Amino acid sequence: MSSYQLRRRAWAAALIVAFFLMWEVLCLSLNISDLIVPRPSQVFTVMVQRMPVLWPHILQTLWTTMIGFGLGVIVGVVIGVLIGTSRIAYDTAYPLLIGFSSIPKVAVVPIFVLWFGAGPVPAILTALAMCFFPIVVNIATGLASTEPELEDVLKSLGASKLDVLVNVGLPRTAPFFFASLKIAATFAFVGTVLAETVASNKGIGNVMMSASSNFDVPLVFAGLFILAFLGVALYVLFSLIEQRFVGWANRRSDAAA
Amino acid sequence: MDATPRHQFDAVKLWEASVSFGPPGRAVPALQETSLSIKQGEFLALVGPSGCGKSTILRLAAGLLEPTTGDVLVGGREVKAKALRLGMAFQNPTLLPWLTIEKNVMLPLRIVRPFRHDFRRKKRGEYRDRVHAMLDDVGLSKFANHYPWQLSGGMLQRANLCRALIHEPQLLLLDEPFGALDQFTREELWNAMQTLWMKRKPTVILVTHDLKEAGFLATRICVMSARPGRIIDNSPVDFARPRTIAMTFEPDFVALNQALREKIIAARSQTAEHAA
Repeated sequence: MSSYQLRRRAWAAALIVAFFLMWEVLCLSLNISDLIVPRPSQVFTVMVQRMPVLWPHILQTLWTTMIGFGLGVIVGVVIGVLIGTSRIAYDTAYPLLIGFSSIPKVAVVPIFVLWFGAGPVPAILTALAMCFFPIVVNIATGLASTEPELEDVLKSLGASKLDVLVNVGLPRTAPFFFASLKIAATFAFVGTVLAETVASNKGIGNVMMSASSNFDVPLVFAGLFILAFLGVALYVLFSLIEQRFVGWANRRSDAAA
Repeated sequence: MDATPRHQFDAVKLWEASVSFGPPGRAVPALQETSLSIKQGEFLALVGPSGCGKSTILRLAAGLLEPTTGDVLVGGREVKAKALRLGMAFQNPTLLPWLTIEKNVMLPLRIVRPFRHDFRRKKRGEYRDRVHAMLDDVGLSKFANHYPWQLSGGMLQRANLCRALIHEPQLLLLDEPFGALDQFTREELWNAMQTLWMKRKPTVILVTHDLKEAGFLATRICVMSARPGRIIDNSPVDFARPRTIAMTFEPDFVALNQALREKIIAARSQTAEHAA
């Protein structure tokens, strides 16, 4: 790692620490009640103290999100490839997809609950519904914008359509795909928590709902912190995978093979 | 397949092939009723003013384009049958940016029959050695594990030629592959190309703007008219092989060059009259 990168990371860490320090100092100096905005130190204390109780909820949110996200990736890739490789599919299916993605997902959760009852299924489905669209758009764009010259290279070798897709289309689309994964992962969390808040008896969303009705504001904030942390963790995970697989798209000197 | 004696097929045969682009009614003709036969083992150079449909002929032979009217046969059969193993090098290097040079050059072995059948088994052994030997020939062995963006234009073009040749094509289609190179690299690659052609005798169609290049490499030169292209002249080139760069300064060679030049200039001025 270069000293430049090291310095950049140090600054990022410093910014986070400074943010929490400011928050703490502002709360203390303005004497804000912890019923309105608890101090970060309070939130962290609550988080650690209640961890045995919180842990099953964290796991619940995590696995429902991951399943929803996984299904979203599959659905997104399949639809994206279909739309990206076929001009007709692109023109006919896009309006429907955009219409679907424009529906606020809060409005869909009650329908899922009506169909499947309160529990993990609506959470999974909401996560899926939230996260597949960016994947579709990115894959379709990546495939549709593949340089015809690159495809010609394969076609002149007598490659089948599948060969072209596997050897040119998909690798060419990979940077778009990974960019969309990072967005989709955070969207999936939003979806899960949304469903959990509306109708569930488990999960971080549910914890935050019941905590806020008990005026246990530090616990509500603890839930928020946990969600933020999970989101960042997933983002980092996908960034690492991205660097591993599509390093060629980042032509920085330190990315050289 | 059967016991009857095989016919002597032309490697590539165009029969009154026309190509036009765009919707019917407003179609723009690119190639006009062109007939052309290229024998097995011939090295044909196509020259002519820019935009005259030279590349269109290559794309027809490669099966990247279908004639609007007329027929195109490769190896005596329709293009789709892929009767001849095909290698193609474009004007732009078109290397895949996510693959190293080695893997780029290896690409045809992964795609083309019969090599793809053995690819999984041989990619680390025999095929890799073959790629390295080829890269060595063009002075790129040190760059096998580099990515295309780390190489200069001339190096990319050499890798591009390696990719077109690695699967020992029977028909080689070259679309100005030496165009963007400096004089000396170009002459070096002409020599390499000549050696290779003399060794394996593939059928070659070379599209070029460079008359010296055409005279140096080709066994026959076709001059095309301005758009929509037709073949207006067909001259064999009989200089002894191996030809040398020094030979390109001899009177016979210069005379050929000059004759071709005049034909192309005449073809160009026709367009000017059309336009006027």
